[in-house]
Amino acid sequence: MHCCDSAFFDNVLSYFLLQEMDFPGGKVAFTSKLEFIPGNSDRRVPCYRVLDQYGRLLNDAHFEQVSEEVAVKIYSNMVALQMMDSILYEAQRQGRISFYVTSMGEEAINIASAAALSDDDVVLPQYREPGVLLWRGFTLQEFANQCFGNKFDYGKGRQMPIHYGSNKLNYFTISSPIATQLPQAVGVAYSLKMDKKEACVVTYVGDGGTSEGDFHASLNFAAVMDAPVVFICRNNGWAISTHITEQFRSDGVAIKGRAYGIPSIRVDGNDALAVYNTVKRAREIAINEHTPILIEALTYRVGSHSTSDDSTKYRPIDEIECWKMERNPVNKFRKWVESNGWWSDEAEVDLRAAVRKKLLQVIQNAEKAEKPPLAELFADVYDSLPLNLREQETELRETIKRHPEDYPSDVPV
Amino acid sequence: MAAALRRLGSAAHWRGFSTACQEINKSGIHPQHGGKATNLCSAINQALHIALESDPRSYVFGEDVSFGGVFRCTTGLVDQFGKNRVFNTPLCEQGIVGFGIGLAAMGNQAIAEIQFADYIFPAFDQIVNEAAKFRYRSGNQFNCGGLTIRSPYGAVGHGGHYHSQSPEAFFCHVPGIKVVIPRSPRQAKGLLLSCIRDPNPVVFFEPKWLYRQSIEQVPEGDYMLPLSEAEVIREGNDITLVGWGAQLSVMEQACVDAEKEGISCELVDLKTLLPWDKETVEASVRKTGRLLISHEAPVTGGFGAEISASIVERCFLRLEAPVARVCGLDTPFPLVFEPFYLPTKNKILDAIKATVKY
Ligand SMILES: Cc1ncc(C[n+]2csc(CCOP(=O)(O)OP(=O)(O)O)c2C)c(N)n1
Ligand SMILES: [Mg+2]
Repeated sequence: MHCCDSAFFDNVLSYFLLQEMDFPGGKVAFTSKLEFIPGNSDRRVPCYRVLDQYGRLLNDAHFEQVSEEVAVKIYSNMVALQMMDSILYEAQRQGRISFYVTSMGEEAINIASAAALSDDDVVLPQYREPGVLLWRGFTLQEFANQCFGNKFDYGKGRQMPIHYGSNKLNYFTISSPIATQLPQAVGVAYSLKMDKKEACVVTYVGDGGTSEGDFHASLNFAAVMDAPVVFICRNNGWAISTHITEQFRSDGVAIKGRAYGIPSIRVDGNDALAVYNTVKRAREIAINEHTPILIEALTYRVGSHSTSDDSTKYRPIDEIECWKMERNPVNKFRKWVESNGWWSDEAEVDLRAAVRKKLLQVIQNAEKAEKPPLAELFADVYDSLPLNLREQETELRETIKRHPEDYPSDVPV
Repeated sequence: MAAALRRLGSAAHWRGFSTACQEINKSGIHPQHGGKATNLCSAINQALHIALESDPRSYVFGEDVSFGGVFRCTTGLVDQFGKNRVFNTPLCEQGIVGFGIGLAAMGNQAIAEIQFADYIFPAFDQIVNEAAKFRYRSGNQFNCGGLTIRSPYGAVGHGGHYHSQSPEAFFCHVPGIKVVIPRSPRQAKGLLLSCIRDPNPVVFFEPKWLYRQSIEQVPEGDYMLPLSEAEVIREGNDITLVGWGAQLSVMEQACVDAEKEGISCELVDLKTLLPWDKETVEASVRKTGRLLISHEAPVTGGFGAEISASIVERCFLRLEAPVARVCGLDTPFPLVFEPFYLPTKNKILDAIKATVKY
């Protein structure tokens, strides 16, 4: 070994000068300053955008142009989602369905993130992302069937409204417990990687959901497993009545990626073009470089948390109005689409009329359809009926014969 | 009942009662009468007010509790006691319970809310491995007895899988915690105050279906009802029915209907499921010779199984029929099939008749 061998020389030097230490993960530099890493840096993580608040393209925008066809489809889906929300919300108010959750204010995240994916990418949603399903072709009738829990609902009427799921569309069935989907998403992503699929996993979570242990478990797992999973946090300011300042003291969510060794980005969630570009790029990195990505999309929950909530009890109406009107993601994107000459008032009127007509029709159909038959109460607990359930089904059927008046007439026995 | 009175006499804090109630108390009568018409939600709210008022080292916290909670049970607390003692937590059940254990270990009353019993499972480790064993594993050097975990449980008619469950049996398998479930507003207030002041960690499940539906005269002041004491709420001779929480009102209707057919039912409210009052149940079964247990949770592995086994051990020769269990089915809690899943009045009535005829 030569004494002028440079690696050897470096090692000797660092040993004598004690400037750095070998430690798993790489060399750690020493410092003589007793200094804590600050909890937050002076400058907040910037927010990537393409459009300004009036829907005008920024001069220095970094983005990939989308075609007229894709742009119009994104816009039309945003409108359809908005209208589905207002009509199903009304249906709940009228007592026709038991519960509903709107995505109002978050249409851009819903639709533009979906538009950036391939149909093979697997989605594990929280619950405020029905737009992803809509984009993938889940029909308004299918949405309505789930909300009415009729026999055409793929979940067989077992779950509350809005708990959609579609195996065909690679959209895992929603479950109410917050953040449970996140570590599962890492397992799904690992499988895609092992199968050498040209696909990634996209999983959604709210700002509130980032406080759950499952969120932290999933980021760490994803990093350690080199899993191609894109985490999209919809930071909409609120978790029911809990404001983000009571949820975390970090600069939001994007910054948390750093601690787990995950590349992350903050994006204007109300700018469909920015969301589209971010997710598109994220999935490429995730798939090609086998790494998770964390996206924090800044947005606002314009509606109440759900039909069980009245958000004016805990937040100022001005705040809601500002996000609903001035920062409306649908209006903003419309301006850009219009500025390209791809959309008109006439097209708008036609679209709204057609979607409205369709919605009223699907709701009627869904309402008229029978409920799933009684056998579905016992099916799917396991792959086949074990003894205890067979006994319970027999006994229940006898009870129904004795007391038919106790049971709803719209469930076929 | 006599034991209940004795416990109450020594342990109860009688403050701010209406005169009428005070007189009732002085004459040694259980505080079952008097007070104002109050629903279960307000009764809980009153108990929390009193707990915060009567002990400056008490805290109320959980998801969305500041603005009053999603069921409004914590309304007004932050205004009166300030945001250092009543506060929202981040959305993290394991955090809520772990934090509560630490707070309690320092000699505070930690009153934690888990928004729905269906969401208590992320905190299961903290409850089962930590809270329950805190005293035992340290040789009683440490304890977290000041911890009370409140959580709404049970069916509501439209809750589906995750807003309906009755997970009490999981917790009844854990030595070191207490499990308490009230049936009515008056019970809720008195039992919750006892749980908060009990020197052991307690899981207190609130029947959310009754928050607004159950209205009862509730004494306005501070009173406690004893833990681990069951109560005979309806006397009878032919069969003993044991239940807790919201299910008792369904069972009561079955008792009324059975009576019309000449069957006299004794109804027992267990109130505390862990550690439970075997003696009261045993005494009743010795009288009636028959036992029926009913709960909303799935029948398999439900707490009814424990009651059944214990009573068969103690009353084998006195039993005139097999112990009947009328419970939830062994399926997840279903949305559209809820009326089929539930242990209804008629299912109970049929089981009463079959047991009496056996
Ligand atoms: C484990 C768990 N705890 C509590 C709840 C009750 N809950 C439902 S939604 C919600 C707030 C979620 O907020 P966030 O993640 O920000 O999503 P957003 O509703 O804002 O889209 C809470 C506390 C739940 N569903 N699951
Ligand atoms: Mg949120």
